[in-house]
Amino acid sequence: MVNLLYLIAAICFILALKGLSSASSSRSGNLFGIFGMILACCAAFMSTSNIGLVLLAMAIGGGVGIFIAQKVSMTQLPEMVAGFHSLVGLAALLIDFSACFSPQLFGICDVSGHIFVSSLFEIGLGGAIGAITFTGSVIAFMKLRGIYKGRSVTFAFNFTLLALIILSILGFVFTENNLYFIIASVLSLIFGITFIVPIGGADMPVVVSMLNSYSGWAASGIGFTLHNDLLIITGALVGASGAILSYIMCKGMNRSLFEVLFSTGASVSATGGNKGQDRSYKKGAPEDAAFLLKNASSVIIVPGYGMATSQAQHSLKEMADILKKEGVSVKYAIHPVAGRMPGHMNVLLAEANVPYEDVFELDEINNDFASCDVALVVGANDVTNPAAKNDPTSSIYGMPILEVSKAKTVLFLKRSMNAGYAGVDNELFYAPNTMLLLGDAKKTTEAIIKVL
Amino acid sequence: MEFIQNFFQIPAESLHSITVFILACFVGYYVVWKVTPALHAPLMSVTNAISSVIIIGAIFAASGSISLNSKIFGFLAVLFASINIFGGFMVTHRMLKMFQKK
Repeated sequence: MVNLLYLIAAICFILALKGLSSASSSRSGNLFGIFGMILACCAAFMSTSNIGLVLLAMAIGGGVGIFIAQKVSMTQLPEMVAGFHSLVGLAALLIDFSACFSPQLFGICDVSGHIFVSSLFEIGLGGAIGAITFTGSVIAFMKLRGIYKGRSVTFAFNFTLLALIILSILGFVFTENNLYFIIASVLSLIFGITFIVPIGGADMPVVVSMLNSYSGWAASGIGFTLHNDLLIITGALVGASGAILSYIMCKGMNRSLFEVLFSTGASVSATGGNKGQDRSYKKGAPEDAAFLLKNASSVIIVPGYGMATSQAQHSLKEMADILKKEGVSVKYAIHPVAGRMPGHMNVLLAEANVPYEDVFELDEINNDFASCDVALVVGANDVTNPAAKNDPTSSIYGMPILEVSKAKTVLFLKRSMNAGYAGVDNELFYAPNTMLLLGDAKKTTEAIIKVL
Repeated sequence: MEFIQNFFQIPAESLHSITVFILACFVGYYVVWKVTPALHAPLMSVTNAISSVIIIGAIFAASGSISLNSKIFGFLAVLFASINIFGGFMVTHRMLKMFQKK
């Protein structure tokens, strides 16, 4: 009976992911997920007694979770997701500790209390992955919040640390001494920190998806320890999902996972830097922008993280509505790595009620820039930088970009003339058909609306 | 020597787990590639919620443990996993509602 419930729960989780293949089926998918989780918990309750303490912990945790989920703004979504990943890692580590101290509870030892060799290995490895997920996500969270900037860690240091972790896991397997497991866990906690610390800010979307993947493998690890198929299946689903997202993000930047992890390439704030500061560029006023937009027949809006930080999506939508009434066609172009996590821009635009069918991915819309009158870039920079196509020395060379330079006029809403997140200067600012509107994206948009 | 032999004789139970794991990776691979890029953010938050199904292990530890520290570890693990479960499903629901209203 219990195992049957676990099986049904596993199917529900698969359906939850499958539901996300279209917006119309996604909500029922989420309900499947919730239903599966309820079944899984019920099944666990059926095989235990004395659940008062568990219910207390669930009530506290549930309250905190719901509070966070309701308070969080869509701009802060990446931090929240990173924070939640850290909790999966921490929970997995705690469960491994508890399995280590009372193995009889999980049926992973013989009558004399000796833990099976395979289980020792599973606990050791699972605990290490959990610990890395935990501290790695905490660092990612701090970086996304801007609390911590990061510094360089040598490759040799991380490599030594990893070797020591493997050695202490083997020590644990061979001696069955809990001390080795504690050492492996502590080293893994340190490794989680030193592993994520040197990764550059522009690579954050990759890091967040990679930690997503790790949290899945950590869950699978617990499944191996407990010989529970549901946990193994769920962990594998999540692990695969995070891995695919990391792959998509890496492809969006034309970097390999190796380059991101060992921060070769973009770590230098390199080529260009601030050398362009004294070059001349055309600065525009909201009135000029309004005039251009009104007389255009087609406008493509390119949102970036700057739109998220200034919460400009609502006023952008308002502006788009006015333009549409004037007969201007308005579309949105989303680069896969725009924002700080996969799909970040889509959520922000959805929050502002931008119709689903007006939003296009890179491949779908890139040819349309040539025939569009105005490309309005809102708080995005690197994803439009022609250096990625023309300048082999640039650190972002080879990254697929949105070809806004092909539009008749390019309007940039920017906070300042500083270089983008990748630290690369953008040639486009100095192009004759570019006009810059410096200042907060939301305020600028509101000013344009007023003129319109 | 005997130890090494034991190590390489993978127990039937572990072999079963490995089988399930590999098959599930394939299922995950095909299902996730079908997810539309616009919904990648909800995908992350929902996977976050479901990976907290490890709460099952935490429930065992918290309710059945004989040793006190295992019980405390279990209690904390249930607490953290619940934050994730409730928070993850809730924020996914919030996001998906935005994608559907219109």
